[in-house]
Amino acid sequence: MNTSIQIKLFASLGRYMPNNSDRFPIGPGITVRALALHLGIPLESAKLIFVNGQKSDLSATLSGGERVAIFPPVGGG
Amino acid sequence: MRDAPVSVKPDTTSRSFPDGKPYQGVSTRAIENTAKLHFGNDGRSAEIFALTHHGIPERYARNMHTFSSQDQVVLLNACVCVVGLGGLGGAVTEILARLGIGALTLIDGDVFEESNLNRQILSTLRWMGVSKAKTAGNRIQEINPSVQIRIHEVFLDALNGVQLLEGATVVVDCLDNLKDRFVLEKAAKAAHIPLVSAAIAGTYGQITTIFPEDSGLSLIYGPEESVPTQGAEASLGTLPYTALLMASLECSEVAKILLKRGSLLRNRLLIMNLMDNEMESFPLVP
Repeated sequence: MNTSIQIKLFASLGRYMPNNSDRFPIGPGITVRALALHLGIPLESAKLIFVNGQKSDLSATLSGGERVAIFPPVGGG
Repeated sequence: MRDAPVSVKPDTTSRSFPDGKPYQGVSTRAIENTAKLHFGNDGRSAEIFALTHHGIPERYARNMHTFSSQDQVVLLNACVCVVGLGGLGGAVTEILARLGIGALTLIDGDVFEESNLNRQILSTLRWMGVSKAKTAGNRIQEINPSVQIRIHEVFLDALNGVQLLEGATVVVDCLDNLKDRFVLEKAAKAAHIPLVSAAIAGTYGQITTIFPEDSGLSLIYGPEESVPTQGAEASLGTLPYTALLMASLECSEVAKILLKRGSLLRNRLLIMNLMDNEMESFPLVP
């Protein structure tokens, strides 16, 4: 089955954005942690995670169709 | 003693707003004279007196009527504490002084250096090596001498935090690293004062508002123990337009808290991504 998600990576994580971020293919049941590792994102930088606009975490599983946003810590002023 | 400002109009006279509505304007010189004669040189009290007697201090005329005279009195009676006087804090200080917040407590133990010049509006070549807190105080004095200023040329820490925040109605987090933000949050909670907190990295900015009973920063950064000192700004830097934009958003939250109006970013994180013109507010709690 062909399943995809939308990925948004913010600030310093922008460099890990895949080209097909709007329709990124996944295997159903993949966790956000596995997705982050697949994209090469250092897990300690995946501080804040939203799935479909709701706060989530690395252990969340994705079934396809979700919008996943990952933020690093930001502290400048 | 400063020279009286040059006024091309009489001190108190009937004037008109841009929409034609008349109002009784009170010049900065009249405020200064009234303060001297009747309020022990306290411009803030002179302005409150004017506002409660059908006068509008000219320096706040364009705050009307988004804000009413009563709103302006609330702002003048408030004391806002700005912690960190760099890219965010310098602009926050400037905006709050012009808005007419009656008292500002300014905290920063740092001095200006050349790498501040890209974004810190209080930094000029003349003030390299000079205290940020002192410079901020002098700047307010030039813009709006009615504002009561307290400056602290120290870094806020776990020991002095609660004492430094004493008397503040709202605290604004304009710090430049993650660890210190947690120290400030603890102090604000202990002092029972709401905190507005913004942070920037490159073209990215975020802001939230934390009341004493809210979970706050750990919802964004995770548990304090796991937080690094610096975040994405270490590699992306800090740009002037991001800093000034987020400073403006912090002041907007401050005004809404003080006036009990509009919606606040409590338990929410507002995120700006200027590279793609995105602005979105995410809930931090279910």
